[in-house]
This record gives sequence, structure tokens and C-alpha cells, in this order.
Amino acid sequence: MKGGLGKLVRSENNLFQLTIITVCTFALMCWLLPGTFLTVRNFRSMSFQFPELGILSIAMMLAMLTGGIDLSLVGIANLASILVALSFVKLMPPGSSSGVVIAFMAGAVLLAILAGSLCGLLNGFLISKFNVPPILATLGSMQLYTGIAIVITKGAAVIGFPPQYSVIGNGSVGIFSIPLIIFISLLAVFAVLLRKTNYGINLYLIGANMKAAIFAGIKTDKALMISYMVGGCLAGLAGLVMSSRTNGAKADYGTSYILQSILVSVLGGVKPSGGSGNVAGILIAVLALQFLSSGFSMLRFSNFAKEFVWGCFLLAIMIINYFTSERNKT
Amino acid sequence: MNKILSKNEFWLFCILLILSCIVGGINDAFWSGTNLFSLFKSSVVMGIFALGVLIVILSGGIDISFPAFAVFSFYITVKYLLYIKFTGSILIPFAMAMAIGVALGLMNAFIISTFKLNPLIVTLGTGSAVTGFLRAFVGTGTLSNLPQPLIDFSRWNIYTETLADGSVIGFSGSFLILAALIVIMALILRNTTMGRGVYALGCDSVAAMRAGFPVRGIYYFIYGLVGALAGIAGIVHCSLIRLANPRDLEGTELEVIAAVVLGGASLTGGRGTVLGTVLGVFLIVLIKGSLILVGIPSDWQKVAIGLVLISATSITAYRAMRAGM
Repeated sequence: MKGGLGKLVRSENNLFQLTIITVCTFALMCWLLPGTFLTVRNFRSMSFQFPELGILSIAMMLAMLTGGIDLSLVGIANLASILVALSFVKLMPPGSSSGVVIAFMAGAVLLAILAGSLCGLLNGFLISKFNVPPILATLGSMQLYTGIAIVITKGAAVIGFPPQYSVIGNGSVGIFSIPLIIFISLLAVFAVLLRKTNYGINLYLIGANMKAAIFAGIKTDKALMISYMVGGCLAGLAGLVMSSRTNGAKADYGTSYILQSILVSVLGGVKPSGGSGNVAGILIAVLALQFLSSGFSMLRFSNFAKEFVWGCFLLAIMIINYFTSERNKT
Repeated sequence: MNKILSKNEFWLFCILLILSCIVGGINDAFWSGTNLFSLFKSSVVMGIFALGVLIVILSGGIDISFPAFAVFSFYITVKYLLYIKFTGSILIPFAMAMAIGVALGLMNAFIISTFKLNPLIVTLGTGSAVTGFLRAFVGTGTLSNLPQPLIDFSRWNIYTETLADGSVIGFSGSFLILAALIVIMALILRNTTMGRGVYALGCDSVAAMRAGFPVRGIYYFIYGLVGALAGIAGIVHCSLIRLANPRDLEGTELEVIAAVVLGGASLTGGRGTVLGTVLGVFLIVLIKGSLILVGIPSDWQKVAIGLVLISATSITAYRAMRAGM
């Protein structure tokens, strides 16, 4: 009982530390950019930008909880968004009534989910049934999914969405953007799924100790398969939001999201070796990253400078985590 | 005989031969000197990288930062040499790039061994930090007027042949560098305490430590060596294409890891050979180079590499699982 309590305090501690980092980033940006950072306009534009990374980060967290990793997420997202784009361009007759468009949009959501789940299922199958290490399985499948996307588009961007479709990525209800609403509802779903269901608790156990999980009678193969499938499904949804926001789909869009989603997960307290992490951490970490990213853009940092900072940031967070866990041991 | 049949390398060699015959059967151009020489030439850079990846994978780690290190070292070297209008020996650029590569590799080793962190995530971080640093603070422009020694190096052939139409083709001398490195690496892994330590670390790091291997020293050796090889590969790459482009080599890590795994190295560490790795590199280069010859559009290249990587890893992992039972 004592160990459980200690663990709880430690995990809250991590969240507390993260919140302080986020608030400091926020304050720093407000101070560096007086009059431009703390504006309604900036907050609106941020609320459209970070949800796609957030959704991908939830998927990354699912893989990392079990001690794995999923490098194919962006590949899945792009493949799903290209399939959706093609279904609009090739199948929908031009000048369709809005009823037809809405039916097609419902179909598009289903298609993205289905395509994402199938891709994720292949990852899960390789990892659980063939025992392929997750790094290699998803490295290979990333090539495969990106490759398929290149083959069907010949490497060009697919454009030509109906105007109604852009609502998913650019619309808002009241002051909340629709991508933000999608992200928050997914967070809620996964908070419940991971904390309250047997399946979620099993995932933590698998990540903490695979052997113990097998002896405890957990069907580890099935649980792993589902977690990669759900990750793929989330990536499909992220692809939907991405293509709708940018009004186009391309095989090599957003490749830097892989590094960033790992960064968000690690920053949010997910251990790369598995067994710990929660959605609250993901939410705060993705906010911290967005504050930094928007602030850097306003300070006219190039994308390359950002890449440099993300890399250093990832290393720094891992080293800080090492020192805090060493301190907790003694 | 049974011993040979059970070897991974033997089967790889057979696959390589059969595949060559199939491609050559579909298109005669495969057997032409032009094609064969160019296949050997394109295996040089990948082969040098693969030797580095092999040693990391043998130790149970992984490195995806080496293409970034290669680009960083060749770009800075070339930029500096152009600045001082360098005309001396070719050895100087190689030494400079190696030194930069070693420094970066030691940084990886320091972070991984001091803080006991996951090598995949550490090298993901260092790789993107180095790439970002290069492009943000050093430059993004392509340098097309390389220093003369590098141009001379790219023209160095150990064998030339004049074709019927008067054009001259040559077997690039850069292949000798790969050959030398293969021999050196095989000797290190087989005959030195350091090399045996790499295998020991990959099998069981605790046991290696108890057996008296200097585990931290081995980490520095491994990642430093990967950095040195990345530096050499970088100079060879930019010299052969006669351009120093800071956007090059991105994504090569996948193909190189694919080649090493295809060559029979186990990602859990401790198993793998130099010969297998070399055959794996030839196989990947052959597949990449032959798609167009057999009439498959180059769009399919990524799909092909992905399928090869997935099937090779599945077969290796499945066999290991069966053997473990």
C-alpha cells in the first residue's frame, strides 16, 4: 500500500514539475513578445495547430505504455488523408448537393478510421505474433505506408476537397475550434479507458513487466494488437484533421511530427521503457510545446532552429527525468 | 556441409545470385559493366554506414543519428576547405570529417552511458539537434564547387574500360575504402578484446560488467566508431556526387538498418557478422538499383524497401522465437 501511495505522489510530482515548466514557458513568451503573444488571435490560431500533434501523441503514448514505439504514425496519417482526398476527388460528382457532400464526409471519417486501424493492425500483428521489435516493425511499415502513398499519388499533393470538409480543421463552435474539441474528447475517452477499464490497466502491466503479465493470465498478444490498432485509428483521425486544416494531402507531410510526438510523450511523463504515463501529462506537454513553437515563430526562428531546439529539449528532459528518478531512489 | 547450409550468409548469397539471374534474365543491361560498376559504387556509402550500424546493433543498441552526423561532418569540412582554398592531400578532409564524426559520436556515448537512456530516443534527439543546428546556423545552400582533391578522388578508378561508343567507364577506387574498412572491422570484432566486449555487452550487459569488461569504455568505443565511419561515408558521398548538399542522406538510416538486419544481425544484440552485413548491403543496393531495370517505376522503391524490411525482420524474429521454444 505504501509503495502505491509513493508512486502516486511521484507521478503527481512529475505532473506538477511539468505544469511549472509550461507556466514558465508561457510567462517567458508573454515577456519576450509583449502585445503579440497574449492575444485572442494568437490563442485562436494555437487552438487550431496543436490538436493534430496532440492526437498523434496519444497514439505514441499507447505504444510507449507497453514499452514499444510507433514510428509509422505519420505515415499512417498521410496515407489515410490521401485515401480520403482521393475518395472526394474521384468518386464525388462535381456540384453535388450538400446532402451528398455530408454523406461523403461521414464516409471519409469512416474510411480514415478504417485505413488507420488496418495499418495499425499490421503493426500489432508483426509485433505480437512474430515478435518483431516495435522499432523495426514500425520502421518498415512506415516505409511501406509512405511508399503506398507515393505510389497512389505519384508524390504530388492531392487537392480538391469540398468547402464543407474544411470545417473539420478550420471550423469552431463558440470559442472552441473543432480540432480542439476532437482532441479534448479523445483525451477524455482515453483517460477513462486507461484508468477505469481492465484493458487499460492491463496495458500498464504489460509495459511494467511483460513476463508477469503473461503469468497473470493477460492475453498479451491481443492487448498489444489492440493497442497498435487503436494507435493507427488515432493516426487516421489526425490525418483527417491535418488534411482538412491544410486543405490538401501529401505523402511526406508533417514528418517532424514523429520526433515531436515522442517529445510530447516523454515530456508528459511517459517512460520509454513502458508502464507509466497518463493523458493529463500529454495535454500539458503538448501545450508547453505549442507555446514554445508559436513563440519561436513570432521571434522569427526558422524551422531548422526549431528542429535544433526540439532535439536539445528532448535530451534535456530525459536527463532531468534521470536525475529526478535517481533522487527518488535514495 | 550441414554447417554451411545452416548459415544465414549462405542463404543470403544464394538469394543474391538468384535475384541477379532473374534481373539479368529480364534485362540484359544488368550484366553490362556500366550497371555493375555503378552498383558497386552505390554500395560504398551504404556499406560504410552499415559497418557502424552493425557494431551498435551487436551491442544491443541502435543509432539513427549517423546520416545527420555524416552530413554535418562533410558539410562543415567542405565549407571550411573552400574557405581556406585547400589544395593539399585528400587525407586531410577525411581526417577532419572523421574528427567531427568522432566528437559527435562520443556525445551520443556520453548521454547514453551516463544517464542510462534509451539509445533510439537519444539518437533521435541528437540527430535532429545536429541537423537543425547545421541548417539554422551553418547554412542550407548546396556547395557545388568542391575542393580539387575531392574532385580528383571522385575520378579515381582502379580499372577503366573503353566502350564501343568511345565512352569510358571505370570501377571506382572508393570501393577500396569500403573493402579496407570491412577487413579492419572484421579483425576488430574477431580478434580484439574490445570487439569481443561488444558481443558480450550485446548478450548480457550485467554479465559483461561482472566479467570485467570496461562497459562504459566500450560504449565510447562503439559510438565513437560509428561517428568516425559516418564522417568517412559523408566525405565519400559528397565527393562521388560532387555536391555538398545539407539535405542529402535523410532517411538513409532505414535502408542501412534494413541491410544490417537482413544480414542476420539480431536487434536484441550479440548476434551478427561482418560478412552477413556486407551481403545485406549488396542485396538492398541490388533491389534498389534493379527496380527500373525490370520495369518497376521508381515510385515503388519505398514500398519495396518496406516490404523487404518487414519480411526480413519477421522471418528473423520468427526463427529466433521458434529456436527459443
